[in-house]
Amino acid sequence: MIMDTQTKPEYRVIGTRPVRPDGVDKVTGRAVYGADVQLPRMAFGKILRSPFAHSRIRNIDTSKAEALPGVLAVMTSRDMPEASATMDLGEGGEQDMSHASANVMAHGKALYQGHAVAAVAATSPYIAEEALRLIDVGYEMLDPVMDVHAAMKPDAPLLHPALFTETAGEKAAQPSNVASHTILEEGNIEEGFAGAAVVVEREFDTATVHQGYIEPHAATAEWKADGQLTVWCSTQGTFAVRSQCAEILRHPVSQIKVVPTEIGGGFGGKISVYLEPVAAILSRKTGRPVQIVMDRADVLMGTGPTPGGHLIVKMGADRDGNLVAAQATLAYEAGAYPGSPVGAGATCIFAPYRIPNARVDGYDVVVNKPKSNAYRAPGATIAAFAAETVIDEMCEQLGMDPLEFRRKNSAQEGDKRIGGPPYARIGHLECVEAALASEHYRTPLEKEGPGGKRRGRGVASGYWGNWDGTSSCTGRLNPDGTVSLLEGSTDIGGSRASIAMQFAEAFGIDYEQVHPAVVDTDTVGYNDVTGGSRTTFGTGFAAIQLAERMQRDIAAHLAELWEVAPESVTVENGVYSADGQRATLAEAAKLLSSRGRHVAASITAKGQNKSGAFAVHIADVEVDPETGKVDVIRYTDVQDAGKAIHPSYVEGQMSGGVAQGIGWALNEEYVYDDAGALRNPTLLDYRMPTALDVPDIHNIIVEVPNPGHPYGVRGVGEVPIVPPPAAIANAIHDAVGVRLTDLPMSPSRVWKAIYAP
Amino acid sequence: MATVHIPAPLRTLTGGQAEVTAPGETLGEVMDRLAAEHPGLKERLTNGDRIRAGFAVFVDGVSASPYLNTRLDENAEVYFAPAIAGG
Repeated sequence: MIMDTQTKPEYRVIGTRPVRPDGVDKVTGRAVYGADVQLPRMAFGKILRSPFAHSRIRNIDTSKAEALPGVLAVMTSRDMPEASATMDLGEGGEQDMSHASANVMAHGKALYQGHAVAAVAATSPYIAEEALRLIDVGYEMLDPVMDVHAAMKPDAPLLHPALFTETAGEKAAQPSNVASHTILEEGNIEEGFAGAAVVVEREFDTATVHQGYIEPHAATAEWKADGQLTVWCSTQGTFAVRSQCAEILRHPVSQIKVVPTEIGGGFGGKISVYLEPVAAILSRKTGRPVQIVMDRADVLMGTGPTPGGHLIVKMGADRDGNLVAAQATLAYEAGAYPGSPVGAGATCIFAPYRIPNARVDGYDVVVNKPKSNAYRAPGATIAAFAAETVIDEMCEQLGMDPLEFRRKNSAQEGDKRIGGPPYARIGHLECVEAALASEHYRTPLEKEGPGGKRRGRGVASGYWGNWDGTSSCTGRLNPDGTVSLLEGSTDIGGSRASIAMQFAEAFGIDYEQVHPAVVDTDTVGYNDVTGGSRTTFGTGFAAIQLAERMQRDIAAHLAELWEVAPESVTVENGVYSADGQRATLAEAAKLLSSRGRHVAASITAKGQNKSGAFAVHIADVEVDPETGKVDVIRYTDVQDAGKAIHPSYVEGQMSGGVAQGIGWALNEEYVYDDAGALRNPTLLDYRMPTALDVPDIHNIIVEVPNPGHPYGVRGVGEVPIVPPPAAIANAIHDAVGVRLTDLPMSPSRVWKAIYAP
Repeated sequence: MATVHIPAPLRTLTGGQAEVTAPGETLGEVMDRLAAEHPGLKERLTNGDRIRAGFAVFVDGVSASPYLNTRLDENAEVYFAPAIAGG
């Protein structure tokens, strides 16, 4: 079923705001998260991490640790088999599993401070911790390269001597820290810029930041004598954990079961495995279940942040404000192994606009930092920071209102995103128009704040795609007319509710009649990860098909009992009828059950998505010129949700993205010393926003139905983090007249921009 | 006849053409036809039985399986874009 984007259907369930099924357990503290798992005879694991950013491991002596009473096992990379496959963890993003294995436990070289080099299992976490101090590691120090500027120099120390830059399938002759070069091009940029009346070019640098999920990583593994391995963990994708463990451990996938716990945030950072293979090996060696829980320093030093980078953006417009050319060079830190989101940054950077001539060069650069991982619209936020800042400066030079400029140049259906197919129906223009019409934008801002503070307003647009992926659901009709709905998609932001609502809508029953549960890999069909803004779209798509299948099955059973032709049974609003006979779902369920007929079905479906999501944000800031401190005092985010299944959870995603974006814009950064040691691996010093840093956020949901989904759903989870740094940078310029080109826009950086540019 | 949109760095292999056409019922058949006309193109875009890592393939606007047995409609539009992963 394809959505007609011109009509606005009436829905019974969709668009309402019911209570989430997992809410009671979560607010009463009964929900089981990763570290809450307890098993009989469970041992506790701890990880020894490299103190150095770049070193060769000469030897590891574990004998003293093994002799400590209470220690059950010690492991190093010598206990790990060789992994060699590549694996698609979603949206075509390939992962080299030899790199993934080496990231779990250093093989030969330790490539960042925090890189795991050994692990201990003991009868208590305290003994395990003590044992780590007894492991003697011989390191040969190597020079670290800590950013793309250093890493891309011709004489830079190489992290991987066998890494050669790959450009569209062709490898360079000499090794380099540049893993790949992506080139996207449309039209002719030389001709385009020749026709420009206004050209703005700026360079930007951004810091490494972490997703900042509140729940640290936690994994428990039990490797039984018969080879059956069960893993309990907090993850965005149980099937992704299963396949990664199978490859890293070289263990049959059929002998691995992954049980999801509740998840306290992921944002892309809980797709790759870190602890699971280690806990599994320690369990195999000890014959006990083994649990490993990270502390915050482990998380910040040992898991994947999102990269910093260096960006150059040049854009040109004619005298009437029509964009005629755009060019960008993006160099993103991949961390210790290839795989930064530079391809996504290249894809998204100019996506909101119709630009006839454009070129983007993207470089994936390895540096001595933790292997970068996905973070909410990976790669798009810093790309938008650069492009949307340049657009603001162009508007200033053209004397154009920045939202009017975006309305004039907005991409629409049929326009082509650089390097991709033409857009289907999209809603950027509608978001711009909603922003223009908002009370926020129509209310003039008083430029003078209290105590000499200056106020300013900025806007920015953002884009993120919407992965469809594969999802499975199983439904079972209960005798009381309710349905047990088994899902395999991790519920991070309310997807139990949003999927149950779509099932209820399609099945013609009330939301309260659906009992969703997120189950393990042995209990439901394959599911791609909860990521890429896909779950309400993709698993909802599967749930709708499941509802339709179960309706057909119920109708077929009733036809036999009613002695009518199957095709004569009709279903309307959950009521089955044929030839004068009728039954509500509850009546049908009771009848079928009493006759020994039980209805259950499973669906595995891949979505057919053609569209993505856009957002336009408005930020008001107050800048203290004496200190450089920036406060966001008013914020409005406008976003095309396609169709908001549960508007409260859409608003939650929007506000959450803005809050994280404010932290990224103003404070968050990994601070390294000259030796490559992270100096702020705690939340005391890694400055995430608190409630005092985030204003009341006004959410405006625009609904331009996605033609690829039966109800018009678009992914909503990621795009709200894309515009905030740019909107805030533009607001700072409006307030104090300086362009901030580096993230974070911390007080010292703002102060220097004002007084010592 | 499928239309294949060529990534910018590979247009040197198609004489500068940004799009080329070829018959075929599967992605693999189309790639084989293009290989004959544009030597080197298939090697740069594919690896074994699938599209090379780092590329995603879109068929008629929808992200498609990277395997060369992907079925194509008669006038399919095929794009190769950077593979990306969401969070």
